[in-house]
Amino acid sequence: MVESPGKRRGREEEVLTKDPVDVLIIGAGASGAAVAWSLAETKMHILCLEQGGWMNPAEYPSTGRDWEAKFYGEWSSSPNIRGRPEDYPINDDSSPIKVVNYNAVGGSTVMYTAHWPRLHPSDFKVKTLDGVADDWPIDYDALTPFFEENDRIMGTSGLSGDPLSPLTHPPMPQQPMGLSGAILGKAMNKLGWHWWPSDTTVATTDYEGRARCINLGHCTPACAQGAKSSTDITYWPQAVRAGVELRTHCRVREITTDESGMATGVVYYDKDGVEQFQPAHVVIIACNGVGTPRLLLNSKSDRFPDGLANSSGLVGKNLMFHPYAQIYGYVKEPTDSNRAPPTCLWSKEWYDTDLSRGFVRGYGVQFVRGAGPVFEAVVSEQKGILPWGADHHRVFRKLNGHRLGFSAICEDLPEEHNQVTLDPVLKDSHGIPAPKINYTISENSQKMMDHALARGREILETADATDICVNSPIPWGGWHLLGTARMGTDPKRSVVNEWGRTHDVKNLFIVDGSIFVTSGGVNPTSTIQALALYIADQMKQRLANLFD
Amino acid sequence: MPDQLSLSPRQRDDLRTIAAMIVPASDEYKVPGADDPAIQADILATLGRDTRLVTAALDHLARLAGGPLAELDATKRDAVAQEFRKQGGAAAATLVRVVLQCYYRDDRVLRSLGLELRAPFPKGYVLPDGDWSLLDPVKARSGTLRRAP
Repeated sequence: MVESPGKRRGREEEVLTKDPVDVLIIGAGASGAAVAWSLAETKMHILCLEQGGWMNPAEYPSTGRDWEAKFYGEWSSSPNIRGRPEDYPINDDSSPIKVVNYNAVGGSTVMYTAHWPRLHPSDFKVKTLDGVADDWPIDYDALTPFFEENDRIMGTSGLSGDPLSPLTHPPMPQQPMGLSGAILGKAMNKLGWHWWPSDTTVATTDYEGRARCINLGHCTPACAQGAKSSTDITYWPQAVRAGVELRTHCRVREITTDESGMATGVVYYDKDGVEQFQPAHVVIIACNGVGTPRLLLNSKSDRFPDGLANSSGLVGKNLMFHPYAQIYGYVKEPTDSNRAPPTCLWSKEWYDTDLSRGFVRGYGVQFVRGAGPVFEAVVSEQKGILPWGADHHRVFRKLNGHRLGFSAICEDLPEEHNQVTLDPVLKDSHGIPAPKINYTISENSQKMMDHALARGREILETADATDICVNSPIPWGGWHLLGTARMGTDPKRSVVNEWGRTHDVKNLFIVDGSIFVTSGGVNPTSTIQALALYIADQMKQRLANLFD
Repeated sequence: MPDQLSLSPRQRDDLRTIAAMIVPASDEYKVPGADDPAIQADILATLGRDTRLVTAALDHLARLAGGPLAELDATKRDAVAQEFRKQGGAAAATLVRVVLQCYYRDDRVLRSLGLELRAPFPKGYVLPDGDWSLLDPVKARSGTLRRAP
């Protein structure tokens, strides 16, 4: 956005008259909360601007009889369907995978499955090990203490000792196996394949003020019990107590810079829709792999005509989603249906590269316990396995409460044509240009998905499941928004350096999933937060010469 | 914000008729059909943001039927319904979903399915812990994490 001289003069006056904050964080989700909490001990003046508000658990879907119907409207995982004032639209017409997210204090940790694997050590050395993509500029060991710290604060449950996963130390025991887990475990044992109870951020005991899980069911769209960890009930209360200021319903339009190319603050719309300028000495972006490039591209100026921090031309490029290959079927025995958190077990059997499979890299698997009655009816009717008419009741009773699912999280490799740009027409409620997604599933990812579906079918058939159905990719499965402001040591090939500072603007940092170099084959939130804590730690160690 | 659109009497009639075709009443399972007055009232009261697409679906249905759906003979009605589901796209899918989401929260239907008539919170559900000795074969197998250089 090119400013008029008059407007710029006005802003420079504001810089002089308004007190700048020491650190301004944009976004109060997974990474913004972690970085705010970590920096709070410096006693600097830290302000976080969040476009959403605080959540009210009394209004969460599981408190009402119409809990399932809400998933199709105000509690949809798609911001385009939800359409709350806190959401911004996303043009994802040119992508087979639609973006899903949540905008509030807590961000998408309010609405996630709480499945909590980490990237593996090998995920940081993809180029060295497999000759594809790039190595990260940091390794797993650099993040280890921050994974541990994050697990303690988020409060994880699980069983230590998985031979095919990095060693973790969950402070709470694993979730119950339940009916579904037992059926799946037996099938996996028959096939001789790896499985393990998932690490999750679902509290299985009372923990740090959170009540233990009572199996409210499909807790992806928020947990009324507070058993599922989200940063509005973990990091944020601690950060606010430590002095961090959190300003809600404030949507940032652009980051401003001065003649020396340093960030000077942000222009945002406050809760009343009034344009404000907030000066800052340091700006940290924590807006996810779509929101972050959108903000950088919207912050273009005479000094940064291609968008802020974009001298590499890579802002918005290399978007990685994790295409999900899902297969499910129905067994004769009852499953957990909606009466448990949705995920219970994982498998890393196909995580590492085996070129005999016809593709490089691999995928993690999360097993799914079942579905509630409305979801079962709607989806099965759409799939054509639940008929209209007299036979509807018999078939529904065969399906409902008998579903088992398998979802493969396939590693997407970075490809520059998979990209977030600005839509020339679409704008949010404040008139800010909306993001546009261009994304295709690569041949390697497609082969991986096909391989996963074949393995899933074997598992389901071993469990004697019938009526097997496939969603590949899961269309509304774009939870993991990665790679669009990648980390690296070469300013020509990356947007931020090895400790999260943008190469181009020395007081601008990025801490969210956009800095991922590769995606691994697991849910990324644990690694995103460990990275945010690592970057905060690096900043604290360099406070005296942060801008050198 | 309440949706200002509402269904005409003719559209309500067609909605009732198509709902009964999706889920008819059953003596065997002791459940009402989706044309039951209470279920229809629930649908109409909670249409909200779905009103526009449901209205479009009913308009499409009316075009296919060429008159009130209920007045067609059974064979013609079935043919129209099949065509509607096949060609109706997002609007038809929304209508079907709206019918099913209200049907499968009706007390009589949930009771027939053996489900409790309550919200999940605050009581929750009990989940069996399971037999974790099932994991012994996995622990016994040798397996190592791929190391990074």
